[in-house]
Formats: sequence, structure tokens, C-alpha cells
Amino acid sequence: MGRTLVFNIFRHSPADPDSTPRMQRFELEESDGMTLFIALNLIRDEYDPRLSFDFVCRAGVCGSCAMVINGRPGLACRTLTEQLPGEITLLPLPNFEHIADLSVNTGRWMRDLSERLETWAHLDHEPDVDAIERRLEPELAEQIYELDRCIECGCCVAACGTAHMREDFIGAVGINKIARFRADPRDARSEAEYYRVIGDDDGVFGCMTLLGCQDVCPKQLSLQTQIAFIRRKMARAGCCSLK
Amino acid sequence: MKLVYTDVLVVGGGLAGLRTAVGVKRRGLDTLILSLVPPKRSHSVAAQGGMQASLGNFVKGSGDNEDVHFADTVRGSDWGCDQLVARMFCHMSPKAVRELDAWGVAWNRVSQGEHKAVIHGEQVTLENPAAAHGLITARDFGGTRKWRTCYTSDGTGHAMLYTVSDRVIAEQIPVHERKEAMALIHDGERCHGAVVRDLITGELSVYLAKATVMATGGYGRIYGVSTNAIINEGIGQAITLETGVAQLANLEAVQFHPTAIVPAGILVTEGCRGDGGLLRDVDGHRFMPDYEPEKAELASRDVVSRRMAEHMRKGKGVAGRFGDHLWLDITVLGKEHIDHNLREVKDICQYFLGIDPAQDYIPVRPTQHYSMGGIRTDYRGESPDLRGLFACGEVACWDMHGFNRLGGNSVAETVVSGMLVAEYVADFCLSADGDIELSTALASDFLKREQTSLDQLLARKSDQNPVELRNRMEQVMMDKVGLFRNQADLESAVAELTKLLQLSAQVGVHGGHPAANPELVLAYRLPRMLKVALGVAMGALARTESRGAHFREDHPERNDRDWLKRSLYRWQEPQDSQPKLDYEPLDVSAMELPPGFRGYGAKNIVEHPGTAARQQQVDAIEGSDRIELQDKRMPFLHLLPEKYRGANQRQDGEA
Repeated sequence: MGRTLVFNIFRHSPADPDSTPRMQRFELEESDGMTLFIALNLIRDEYDPRLSFDFVCRAGVCGSCAMVINGRPGLACRTLTEQLPGEITLLPLPNFEHIADLSVNTGRWMRDLSERLETWAHLDHEPDVDAIERRLEPELAEQIYELDRCIECGCCVAACGTAHMREDFIGAVGINKIARFRADPRDARSEAEYYRVIGDDDGVFGCMTLLGCQDVCPKQLSLQTQIAFIRRKMARAGCCSLK
Repeated sequence: MKLVYTDVLVVGGGLAGLRTAVGVKRRGLDTLILSLVPPKRSHSVAAQGGMQASLGNFVKGSGDNEDVHFADTVRGSDWGCDQLVARMFCHMSPKAVRELDAWGVAWNRVSQGEHKAVIHGEQVTLENPAAAHGLITARDFGGTRKWRTCYTSDGTGHAMLYTVSDRVIAEQIPVHERKEAMALIHDGERCHGAVVRDLITGELSVYLAKATVMATGGYGRIYGVSTNAIINEGIGQAITLETGVAQLANLEAVQFHPTAIVPAGILVTEGCRGDGGLLRDVDGHRFMPDYEPEKAELASRDVVSRRMAEHMRKGKGVAGRFGDHLWLDITVLGKEHIDHNLREVKDICQYFLGIDPAQDYIPVRPTQHYSMGGIRTDYRGESPDLRGLFACGEVACWDMHGFNRLGGNSVAETVVSGMLVAEYVADFCLSADGDIELSTALASDFLKREQTSLDQLLARKSDQNPVELRNRMEQVMMDKVGLFRNQADLESAVAELTKLLQLSAQVGVHGGHPAANPELVLAYRLPRMLKVALGVAMGALARTESRGAHFREDHPERNDRDWLKRSLYRWQEPQDSQPKLDYEPLDVSAMELPPGFRGYGAKNIVEHPGTAARQQQVDAIEGSDRIELQDKRMPFLHLLPEKYRGANQRQDGEA
């Protein structure tokens, strides 16, 4: 303890015609249990009330606060400063529309993705809400939830080599979502229908298997496994449809 | 003037708002949702432990039904709730769980055969019949007589929010993200929509609608430490109050959750105790059975929180740099259980405390958690004072929670109220009542007022720092309007908050462009937060009794004779320094469950003069089955939309 932390923070507000991109330096006394959530709010309260960043839950579950922390995408709210060196560089996530300073528009990106991949259970029929629910094997319910734990924070997209080259690439977040719905018997889609939404170079076949996504996912989702699995299934679906 | 028209304007992209939008869209109406943040980031996502619904599938839920859920909810509310609304809710909750199940929520399921559990610190083995295999399971929660809380691990809110948010996308409902409602447009009788600010560009525009539905969540962030997301600042309640017409209710009913981690104030779910976790003091002693022998850690939240504070006052807390705390012990549950059913808790402990909850105790203390009070509505979710203004979810005082909410009942309320309010809003819009002569002149007046106020803020040269005022407000609420309340503290809180509100009118910002300007945002939100905070403190001061989460050290009795009524607040004139308080009595003679003793601590109740007579009436009613009996005591089915009147089926044949 007793460190003075040096923060180098990216500053720019594209909507303000007077703003130019720059790095700004702040110094802050470190305290016990300090997270980047606490540090950034102190900087805003004490030094620069215009500093923009996004926190909502500040508990690691909502996915709002992803940023590049000393070169690595991660959730700022649950990053303890004691785990970082004394000099901390913070940049907004790449590959998303920049709003201001550390704030980016992951929301619009994720909505576009959901519309493209149709990330909802395609129902046979609307449920009878009075009737006893459909049975599901307990293990299968747990498996679906495991794939459902993605928080759409955007870290995997920021760390993705393909996404840097290919603007419309769906990223590991997209491939994992297809894995999630494909595993769910309540989604009535056929293999061909999944193929239609991800069976191309902007989908699962665009992935170069660099696997930065796997390294940075804050929920430790099995992205590597899901990408390999869905690629195999989609390759088969593609071949079958050619016959 | 940029103008958008929609039939139903939904303000707020959490579970309540999203489900409302789906419902009205399916009735053929045009709708859109405004949200401060991408909807999947809403505070609904933070609900961990689960949602109460009396499915009765799991062996410890056997025999459960709407009646048991209803009685638990009314007792939990300390008889402060609207019993008709609580009835409607308990009837709807199984339908909501089943709808969400069909839409894709991966509710944990019952496994047939042996099920190991921890009850009162003892390992027990339960047996589930084959008939229940694969149906939705449930865990135990506080203040309930059955294991009724349906869950997906401890990420229930996440699973629900993603499913409903994706359903909104499936139904092609637009969500206007990073937009803030600044004022409700109205003519004194009818709501016409809202003035809306774009948080990216800073521009104002006007949204006009036949009906406006507020679904903006609670006001926890008026407190310095809260489990709430940082966007839960009570702005929805505040702009409703600022209409000068619509009223808020029961603001003083603020819940403190027993187990938030110290010092960050992040929640660890009640599921920890529901699954068998224990509370321990500085000596490692499990103290809750000393106070509440029967329910122990699983007494109602308000009771557990007060007992914890009481125990710490006796010097049994663990001293720490950030004040005293107690321990939550889930080591008794074992690593495998934690890895499967309490994984968010495990993450929170690891990242924020650097501990492993399978090995170490978790430092916890009671922390602001939930707002029972909010925008007063009738059972249809509409403001009785301003037609065309609806509210649902935590922002509302629909009033199924009264003065204390049961765990698992809030995330359930979001979807249930969304399902119901959607139908009532649609009925309203499709009837003659829904017709409205929208006036662009009126809209323009409201827009100009907001624009002028923002321009003045940006131009004002002032040394009054909004951060300093916000910090003072948060501290006053923590120190003087907390778990234990008394007249002297509350008087001082009211005086101080009144002063802060005056000062907040003089704050300045450091100028600059209005786009993406967090300082400007704080400056215009601050007076709004203070108005709500003042309401909480004034309501608490006036209410000279203790009910549910509202506890007065100088008035420890629950006083049904004088206080079986709902507090109401109206901000009469913009220049007023305080809201006007009023009251609305609860009708004992219509209650299905007349006021009684909750069974915690010593009985300390001043009886309502009508209670005994109503109890006799209720006891004398006869019926051939529980459905008929209930219907004779307090008919409610006729209030529900027709499509939701059906009986809930259960696997044991109980309907």
C-alpha cells in the first residue's frame, strides 16, 4: 500500500467539435481494495467531472465497463488496482463505435448481432401458461445456462483478430449464442437455419482461431470449444445441403 | 422540435418495461422503449437467487399453492400491502415462470431420487419422486413456508433479462438506448409523453404517446452504500413527482438486505442462506437462532437485518477498517454446491474480496437494497391522479410488497406486472379513454422549459459543487434514515435535505459541450434525487410506528389503529421546498387476511378497531374447496385480463 498510482486515460468526445483525441495523466493515492470503478469515480469527482465511462452494476455482471486495461480487454469494475503496476493505461474498447473517453457503444453492436443471428428461441407455438411446463433433463438445463452466461461485454470482440480485419464478423459472442440456442430444445430451428445465419466468412468460417476471445472472456466461457464445435456442425450442415 | 410518436411509450429497459412492451405490441399497438443503458445492462440482471412461484414441484415445495404464497407475501409486508394486488400477483407468478420457460430461460430442474441439502446447519437427504423429474425446481428463501424460489444457479435475473430482451428483439420493438426522460408532458389531467434527452449527443426531443409507462426501477442510490446499480437514482419517481399531479406512495418503506459484502455493498444472494448458509458473529457463534428460534437466518429480510444490527450493537460484530460486520458462512454447503448453484457469489468473493467462499467466511452487513415505495398506481398500474400514466416494477407502488418485500418476489413482480399492465394499457389505448388530442404547443412548452434549464446550468458560474451536495445527501440518508430511525435524527435529516435541495438549485458545471457530459447529468439529476430523498425522510418522520422495514426506535409498536394506511406525496408547486404528505387508508373490512402477528420477536401491535370483526367474518365464511373459499373472502379473478384467469396446473393434481 501507499502507492501513488499514475493513470494514463484516453480522452476524446467525438460529438464535441472542440475535442481532439489525447492521453491525459492523473495521479491518485491507492487505497485498500481499490478497484478501477472506485479509482475512476475518484478521478471524476476530484479532478475532472467530465471524464466519461460506463458502469452500471459495478459487480461484474452487467458487462457495461469493459475497457482496455494495460493492453488487455477486461471488466474495470472488478479489476483491483493492487493487481496492476503503478502506471495504468486505460483505453476504450476497439471495434465499437466510440462515444466519449472510455465509453463505447456496445449496445448497438449487440442489438445488430441479435437481429442478424435471431438470438431467441424460435417457438413451435405460444405456450399455454396454465399448463405444467415442458420437462427438461436437469443436466441439459445446466448446460444451456452455462452457454447463456455471456454478458455481451464486448471483450471477445475487442480481442479478436478477425473482428479487426472484418467489420461484420460476429465474434465469439455470436458463435457462442448460436451454440446456446442450438443446445436448447425449445428453439425449433433446424441445422440449415443456423447455417443460414452463421455459415459464412462473417460467421463461424471467418474465425482464424487466434483465440484471444478465450483468453479475455471475463465469464470464462468455453469459447474455444464452442467455436470448434459449431464450425464442425456447420461444415457438416453446409456439405449436406450441397448434396 | 424533433418529435416521435408511438402509442405506448415505455420508459425503462429492465424486465418490467421490456415485458410490458411485448404485451402491448402483441395487442397490435405501436410501442418503443427508452433506456438509459443497453437493456441487458439493466439492474434486473443483478437479481441472483430467484423468482417465487408456487409450482410445488420440488419435494420441499409440495402442497404449495397461491394461498400459501399469498399469506407469506401479506405477512412479509407486515400487512402494509394491497391484498387484491398480492392475490393477482400470486395467481400470475406460475404463469410468468412458465412463459419464460417456454421462451428459453434455463430454470434449474428437479432430479428424481436423493437430493442432499443443508437445513439448520445439518446435512439432510431429501427424496424427489420420479413424477417431478425434469420439472422446474425451487430453493428456500426467507419468510416463506415452502421452497418456492425458482432459479437458474444464482444468475436468475441475467437469464430472465436476456430471454425477455431477446424476445423484444424478436418482436421488432425498438429500444432507444442511452436516452433519459427529463420531464413528463401533461395538461394537468392527462399524460402526453415525455421530453427526452439523448445522453450521447445531449439533444432534447419530444416523445408523444397515448400512454406512458414508467419502469425505471428503484431509488437506492440516494444512499451512500446500496446494492443497487448506479443508475437506480429515483429519477423516474422524481419526474413523476415533478408533474405536481401524480403522487408517490410509501417512500419511507426502504429495504435493507442482510448480506451485502463489506465495504463494496455488492449483494450476495439470499439463496446463500436459503441453501443452508449461516450467519456468525465475532466469536464464530451462530446467533440468529438466539433471536428467532424458528426461522433463524430465514426470517423476513427486515427482521434478519435488524437482528444483525442489534447483535453488532451488543459488541458482537467483527471490527474492520470499514466499520463492523458479521460473517456469512457458506463453507457448510461445500465446494460442489457453490460451483453449481452459487457461482456468481463465488466470483464476487474472488474478485472483490480475494477469498474462496468454500473455505472462508464472507464479511457482510445490512445494506440498502429495495424501494417498496414509488409511483402510486391502482391495480391496473395507472396513476389515479394522472390518466395515461402507468408504472410497473420497482418504480411503482402497485403495492404488493407493503412495508417489506420477500426475497424472490421482486424479480417475479417485474414480469408479472409487465404481463398485466401491458393488457390494461392496451385496453386503455384501444378504448375511447385512450383517444387523445396531442398538442405540439404543449410539448413545445415542456421542451423549452427543459432546454432553458439545461442552458442555464451550462452557463452558470458557480462554486457550488454538485459532487459535494450529492455526498452530503448520501451521508444524511445513511446516518439518519437507515435501519433504525428516531424523531431527532429524522427531523435533522428533513432540515438538512431541505437545505441541500435549495443549494442544488445553485450548482454550476464547468461548461463545455452538452454531449456526453457527466457533470451536467449529475447537476440536473441532483435536485430530483433530493426530492425523493426528502420524501423518504418526511414519510419516515411522520410515521410514528414500526412496520416492516420502517423501524422507529421511539415507536417500536406496529400501530394498525392509526397507521394502517399508505403515505402519499405530491409536489404541489415547482417552487415548494417540500412535498405535501397525505394518507390513504387500507380497508380492513375488505381484507382476506386481517391484520395479525407475524411471529417474530415479541408481539407489539396496537390493534385496528375493525380487525376482530373482520376476522370473525372471514372465519365464518364456508366453501367447498379453497378456490370457492377464497372467492367468497376476497374476489379478485374478475380484475384480471380474461386470458389470465385460468387455474395453474400442478403435477400433484392440485389446481
